[in-house]
Amino acid sequence: MKKALSLLLVSILVIGLLAGCAEKYSEDVSFRVGFVTDTGGIDDKSFNQGTWEGVQKYAEENKWKEGRQYKYIQSNEEADYIPNLSAFGDDNYNIVIAAGFLFGDSMTEVAPQYPDTNFTIIDMVVAQPNVASVVFAEEQGSFLVGVAAARATKTKKVGFIGGVDFDLIRKFHAGFAAGVHSVDPTIEVIDQYAGDFGNPGLGQQIASTMYDQGVDVIYHAAGGTGNGAINEAKGRRENGEDVWVIGVDKDQYEDGKMADGKSAVLTSMMKRVDVAAYNMIQAAKDGKFPGGEIIALTLADDGVGIPEENPNLDKAVVKEIEDYKKKIVAGEIKVPATMDELADFIK
Amino acid sequence: MDFIQFIKIIMPLTLASAAPIISTSLGGLFSERSGVVNIGLEGLMMIGAFTSATVTVLVEPSLGVLSPWVGIIAGIIAGGLFSLIHAYVSINLRADQVISGTAINLLAGGLTIYLCQIIFNQQRTRTFLYGIKKQEIPFLSDIPLIGDAFFSKVHITSFIVILLAIIVWYVVFKTPFGLRLRAVGEHPGAADSMGINVYRMRYIGVILSGLFAGLGGSIMVLSQDIQYTHMSIHGTGFIALAALIFGKWHPIGVLGAGLFFGFSQALGVIAFQVPFLSKLPYEFFWAFPYVLTIIALVVFSGKSAGPRAIGKPYDKGER
Repeated sequence: MKKALSLLLVSILVIGLLAGCAEKYSEDVSFRVGFVTDTGGIDDKSFNQGTWEGVQKYAEENKWKEGRQYKYIQSNEEADYIPNLSAFGDDNYNIVIAAGFLFGDSMTEVAPQYPDTNFTIIDMVVAQPNVASVVFAEEQGSFLVGVAAARATKTKKVGFIGGVDFDLIRKFHAGFAAGVHSVDPTIEVIDQYAGDFGNPGLGQQIASTMYDQGVDVIYHAAGGTGNGAINEAKGRRENGEDVWVIGVDKDQYEDGKMADGKSAVLTSMMKRVDVAAYNMIQAAKDGKFPGGEIIALTLADDGVGIPEENPNLDKAVVKEIEDYKKKIVAGEIKVPATMDELADFIK
Repeated sequence: MDFIQFIKIIMPLTLASAAPIISTSLGGLFSERSGVVNIGLEGLMMIGAFTSATVTVLVEPSLGVLSPWVGIIAGIIAGGLFSLIHAYVSINLRADQVISGTAINLLAGGLTIYLCQIIFNQQRTRTFLYGIKKQEIPFLSDIPLIGDAFFSKVHITSFIVILLAIIVWYVVFKTPFGLRLRAVGEHPGAADSMGINVYRMRYIGVILSGLFAGLGGSIMVLSQDIQYTHMSIHGTGFIALAALIFGKWHPIGVLGAGLFFGFSQALGVIAFQVPFLSKLPYEFFWAFPYVLTIIALVVFSGKSAGPRAIGKPYDKGER
C-alpha cells in the first residue's frame, strides 16, 4: 500500500516536472489586462463572455497566460463593481476593461483615483480623461437584420420587442424599422417595450400576442426577457407555424435549437464586444490609448453585424444584406438612430 | 382586435402565467395551514426550476420527448428535499420561520448558479431542446368558442395545476389528514393532546410546500424560458405568497387569486395592442398588474383568515 502510494506521488511529481518543461507562455509581465464582469457572469453568452473572448484572443496571439498577464474578476453583486475595478487599479494593471451600462457610475468613480491606468468601458460612455468609451452603431446592425426580417416575412407584419424604453434600445428599433422599410415599405412593424430585461415570461407573452396577430418575424432587443420570445418561437415552429425570432448582442442560433436540430433563430444582430476589447488592448499596448474619447464601432469596423454562419438565411438574402452593408459603409444609406430620424427616413 | 379575438389571445396567456403561481401557492398553503410560515417559496421554486432544467438537458439525448416530464419529477423531488432544511430549522430548532425562509431564498439563488457552474461550466444551464410546449387539448379544443379560448395553444401543465387545486381542496377540507393539518396550524397544543403528532404534521406540511413549489418552478422554466438562469423565477415565489394571502389560505381562493394575477399580467401585455388602450403611456401598463392587485385587495379585504398558530414554533413542554 505504502509503495503504491509513494509510486503514485513520484509519478505525479514527474508529470508535474514534464508539464513545467512544456511552458509555452510568455514570461513578460510588463503589460497586464484586467477584466471585471457584471453580475451576469463570465459566460453570460452576452457582453461578459464576448468581451472576455476578445481579451482571450489577444492573449492567445501574444502567448499570455491567464492569471499572469490577464485575468478577470467576477462581480457577484452590484456592490462589487467598485472594489473589483479598484483591485486592478491597486495592482497597477495597464488596462482595465468592463462591459455594459451597469458600470457607468462605478467607473466614473474609480477612474480618477488611478490616473495612470487605462480604463475601457464598452457599450457605455464615461467622461473621464483615462477612460475610453466604446459604443456601437446598433442601428446599422439592426438595419441588416431588418432586411433579413423583411425577406423572411410572409404576412407582411414583423415585430420588435424592446427591453426598457430608452435611447439605446430606440437605436435598435429605428435601425430595424428602416431596414424593413428599405426592402418593402408596405411591411408593418409592430413594437412593444417590456419594461424589463429579466422577465422571460413577459417576453413570451408579448411574442405570443404578436404572433397571434399575424406577425411572423420578431426581433428582440430585450436580454433575458427575449429568452421568452425565443421559447415562444421554438414552440410555434415545432407546432408547424412558420415564425422566426431574431437574436441580439451575440449569435443566438444555439438558443433557438429545437428537437430536430434546427433553430428558430433566423439570424442575430451581433455587437462585437470582442472586437472592442481587442482593439482597445492593442491601442493601449501601442501607447495609442484613446483616453477620454468615444469610439463608435460601426459596420465599417465590423463592430456590429450578423453572424458568419446563417443556416436559416438563403444565400440570396445574405448577398442582399452584404450589398446593404456596402451601401451603409460607403455612406449611401444613412441609417436612422432615433425615432425622429426614422420618421424622416421613411418619408 | 375585436372582443372574441381578445379573449382568444388573453386566456392562454393567463393560464400560462398563472400555473406556476397557483402551484407554488398551493404548496405555501400546506405549509402555512400546518403553522409554518414559508417565505422560502421563491428559493424552493429556484431549486425546482434548476433541477428540472438540468435533468431535462441531461436526459434529452436518450429520452427525447419524455425528458421534460422526467425533469419535472426531478424538480418536484428536489424542491421537497430542499424544504427539509426549512422544516428542520423551523420545527426542530424552533428558529424564526421568516429568517429561515429568507435563508432558503438566498441559499437557493447562490447554490443553483454555483451548481450550474460545476455542471455546465457556465452560470446557467444549457438550453434544452424539449420544453413543455403549447398544444391543443384533445376533444376540448373542438368545442366552439370556448375551445379556442381555453383549450387551444395552452400548456397541459396549466390544467394539471387547476386539477391539483381541486384535489388539494378535497384533501385539506374533506379528509382526516386535512383536519389534522389544520388543527396543528390553529392550536397545536390541543391537537397534540388529542394524540396528533404535531412535528410530523408540520414536517409533512413543509415538505408538501417544497414539492409543490418545485413543481411550480419546473413548470415556469420549462414552459416559459429556454434554460435556467438567475432570472428565471424573478419574484414569482413572492407573488405566490401574495396569492396565498389574497386567496385567504383556501385552495379555491388560491386558484382564483393565481388566475387573477395571471390575467392582470396578461392584460398589461396585451393592452398595448388593443387600439383604444394603446394610446395610454407604457408606464400605465407596467403598473397595471400591481394597481389591479391593490384595488382587489382593498375590495376583497375583510377578516384575515390565516391559521392562528402560524409562525409560532411548537414546543411540546410549553403547554
